[in-house]
Formats: sequence, C-alpha cells, structure tokens
Amino acid sequence: MKEKEMGLVVATNRLTEDIYAMEVRCKAAMTALPGQFCNLYMEDGAHLLPRPISICKINRTDSTLTFVYRVVGEGTKSFTKLAPNDSIALMGPLGNGFTDLDYTKPVLVGGGVGIPPMLGLCQALDGKCTVVLGYRNADTFLLEEFEKTGASVVIATDDGSLGTHGTVVDAMKEAGLSYDVIYSCGPKPMLRALKETAAGAKATCYVSMEERMACGVGACLGCVCETKDVDDHSKVHNTRICKDGPVFLAEEVVL
Amino acid sequence: MADMKVTLSGVELKNPVMTASGTFGSGVEYSEYVDLNRLGAVVTKGVADHPWTGNATPRVAEVAGGMLNAIGLQNPGIDTFLERDLPFLDDYDTVKIVNVCGHSTEEYLHVVRRLQDSSADLLEINISCPNVSEGGIAFGTNPKMVEEITRAIKKEAKQPIIMKLSPNVTDITEIAKAAEAGGADVLSMINTLTGMKIDVERQSFLLANKTGGMSGPAVHPIAVRMVYQTAQVVSIPIIGMGGIATWQDAVEMMLAGASAVSVGTANFYNPRATVDIIEGMEAYLERKGIASVTDLIGAVH
Repeated sequence: MKEKEMGLVVATNRLTEDIYAMEVRCKAAMTALPGQFCNLYMEDGAHLLPRPISICKINRTDSTLTFVYRVVGEGTKSFTKLAPNDSIALMGPLGNGFTDLDYTKPVLVGGGVGIPPMLGLCQALDGKCTVVLGYRNADTFLLEEFEKTGASVVIATDDGSLGTHGTVVDAMKEAGLSYDVIYSCGPKPMLRALKETAAGAKATCYVSMEERMACGVGACLGCVCETKDVDDHSKVHNTRICKDGPVFLAEEVVL
Repeated sequence: MADMKVTLSGVELKNPVMTASGTFGSGVEYSEYVDLNRLGAVVTKGVADHPWTGNATPRVAEVAGGMLNAIGLQNPGIDTFLERDLPFLDDYDTVKIVNVCGHSTEEYLHVVRRLQDSSADLLEINISCPNVSEGGIAFGTNPKMVEEITRAIKKEAKQPIIMKLSPNVTDITEIAKAAEAGGADVLSMINTLTGMKIDVERQSFLLANKTGGMSGPAVHPIAVRMVYQTAQVVSIPIIGMGGIATWQDAVEMMLAGASAVSVGTANFYNPRATVDIIEGMEAYLERKGIASVTDLIGAVH
C-alpha cells in the first residue's frame, strides 16, 4: 500500500532571491522518475493542502530527492524555514514523469521554475542532450549542475543579461538546434511556442503541465487541462494533470 | 470490542465512517492508499445522465483551515460509471453509495432509473445543483422544490435515498423537513458552504468560477450545529459531514445526532484519514466502556 511518509531534510540551500533547494531522504526516492512530483505538506493545521513540487534530482544511493522550488506563498515560505535534520511530510512519487526516452537528439527546455525537473532528466540521459534554459536574468540557478552532466547548455534571459535576449525559442533558433524530441516544463506561453516549433520541425514534443491541485492522486479533479480528443478516463475534453500527467504529448493537450 | 455497526434505512454498515462524495473519486485512486474493505461505505463522486466537463481552472484554492472547490461536478456520465466505476467497487466488502447529480428533475430521474438494477446499496442525491428550469436556483434552497424532487426520485428509486442538503439556506431544518415529507430515507449534511477568495496582489479571483464550496476543518462547527438542529426535528437518520478530519470530529458529529459520518477534505492531506478515524473511534468506545457506536447518536446533553 502506498503511503504518506515523513522525510528527513538532509540539506537546504538558497539558490537565488526566491528559489530554494531542499534535499530530503525518503522512500519515494527509490522509485521516483524525472518529471514526477511529490506532495509536500505543512501540517500546521491552517494550510492543509499539499504543495505539489516537481522532483529535481534523484539519488538512489542515498535515497534522497532534491526539490527546487520558488517561494510563491505561505506554503513554500514555510519550507524555507526547514533545516537539516528537520522532518517533512510528503507523498510520492506522483504523476507519470518523462518515460519515453528513446530518441537520438533530445532537447530539454526549462523555463523559470520549470527548470528543476529538467536537471533530473538531463542526469538520467547522462548529459547526452542539449539543454535550453530560460531565466529572468543572470541570477541563474542549477546552471553549473547542468554543465557538470556534459550536456550542451543554451541560455535565454528575459532581460538579456545572459545568453540570448528573449525566449527559449529565440535561443533555440539562434543556436540552430536540430532535434527529434523536445522535453519541456515552464509557463504555458513557452509550452505553446515549443509545441508549434516542434511541429514545424516534425519532432516529438512533451510538455509538463502545472495547475493548482488538491489531492494529487487523481481523485478530486481539481487540476485538469483541456485535451484535443475526448479523454479516455474523464469522457470529456479534460485530463487530470496530477494522475495522467503532468507530462503529456503536446499534440494531446490544448495549450 | 465495541460494536461499530450502524444501519441506514435497513442497510448495515460495518462502521459509521464513509467517504464524502467528490473527494474520493469512485475509490480507485485512493484504493492504493487505503484498504476500502475497512470503510463503512464508499460514496462515489456525483454522476449525471451524460458526461459533464466541469468548470474552468483554477478549480481549487486553499483557505485557512480548509479549501474552496469549484470543480463543477465533472463526471464521466452514468454509462461509464456503470461499466467501469461501480464494478470496481463490487470487488470490495463495503457499502456502495452512489451520489447522483442533475440539472433538472428529468436528469436526476434518468440516472436513478439506470441505477435501479445496479449494485448500488443506497443513492445520495446532490440537490445543490442549479435547476435550469427554475432559472438556475439550486434545488436544495427551496423547501417546495426539495419536497417535489425527493418525492419524484423516491417513486423511481429501488434503493433507499439519501438527500444531501445544502447549508447555503436561511434555515436548514425547513429543508430537512421538506425532504423527509417528500419521502427521504436518510439525510446527508452538510454540503459545502459557498465562499470566495481574492488574490490581493493580482486583484483577481482565485477560482475561475469566482465562488466555490468551502470545506475542511474550519466548517466543522457549522456542520455540527446544523446536524444537531436537524436531528431535533426529523426522525430519519442523518449522515454528518463537514470538516471531519479526526476521530474526535466524528464522535462529536454523532453526539450531535448523526448516525454515520463522511470524511471529505481530510482525504486530500491524509489519505488514511478514514481508517485513522475508525481506529480512533474504536479506541474511544473501548476507553469509555460504550458497547455500541449507535449509543453515541444524539447523546449530547
């Protein structure tokens, strides 16, 4: 039987002004895949709903998962107060993750807080990929870890302070990348642009979606996204991001 | 060991703890986290005569001690429910309560007829849906409409019917009496309380639907009060729900007059909440030397 568990915080780190990393020893680490997420809980009696946080790094040897998250509200703010040896309630791994990895020229694209899950995927691919990262500015995070994998890294920033001044799609064009698959996670406009770009290049495109969630296991139907065809489970043009995703073939979802 | 069995309109439950409709799907997702055989009953997510798409997202928002939801009763429709969802539960030793929703009396009746020969043990009727033929006013807010729809459903249903009451009314006892007069076998209460949350930075609504139903521990005292008041004026059993997250909440609800309890929002942050509550209630009865959980019903003094 699956269960909610108490994880042990083994390391915490502030990466930028509002991006934090937290490494947690937990059973979930033994089965987690890149692109999956965990529900993290506050257990303070007021903030009841889990925060679905994507898995950044998976370490089976130490049985740890690293979560890299942006502080956006009370829940994520409370996580920043945790220190090594504190415990945190969590449940996972949840969702499907990136599982279709059999391509020759993969490009991984992460935008903002969509960058962290791409690191786990990049490591799973042994760095045999090109990574395109979209940051707000030169205050980057995880960049050295991507470079350490040996992957070729392309950067775009909103303000032009590093890499291409513009979007990840602008950076891809500038770098003249060729690819047979795009794996992506980031804001919806970015995913929409990548879907079009991939279609033009006749490449497969996977997008990892985000939505406000409650249960995280597919029961409450809080986090749905629109689908091109009638979904097999829901029988309407809606699919559950937490359970049937968060990773979808771009052509299957309406962005 | 204390006797945990309760009976609702002739249907025996091994214990009084069930899931609240809409928080547990049709059981399949949470069956990976909790043994459904332990539960008094599983109450399935509302099902309509055809698939409903539901509302736009965001559909959920957190509030202090609870949450708002505006799922919009997304459901796959009665055909899929009968072919896929209800048969899944047939493999478990638990009572099956099917929640039914509709936009018109005819839509409710269609579903109720389709369920006549199914394995459903009881039907729970969600009357918080808007009645399209009455300008969208919720069935459950008008005593006359409640009595009429209860009577119409009772005539067609082969199973006992549970009318699930909306708390968004001036006097819920009037609605409860109307349901009883219409022939309801059991009452479920309370459905969610209509709320709203505004993001002050964006100056916009958190829910795409603007309003949503509030649930969670923060609403529990309201639910206890309404169950208590209603238990004084009706003679049919009440399934109490609204913010039940611990065994103490469940015991409290039964002391107020409920014959059974439903656990909803708590499942989202403790998938084992139902089983934890069952075990806690058993220990409580043991400690208090109470022979049967039914001795708790309305025992507050």
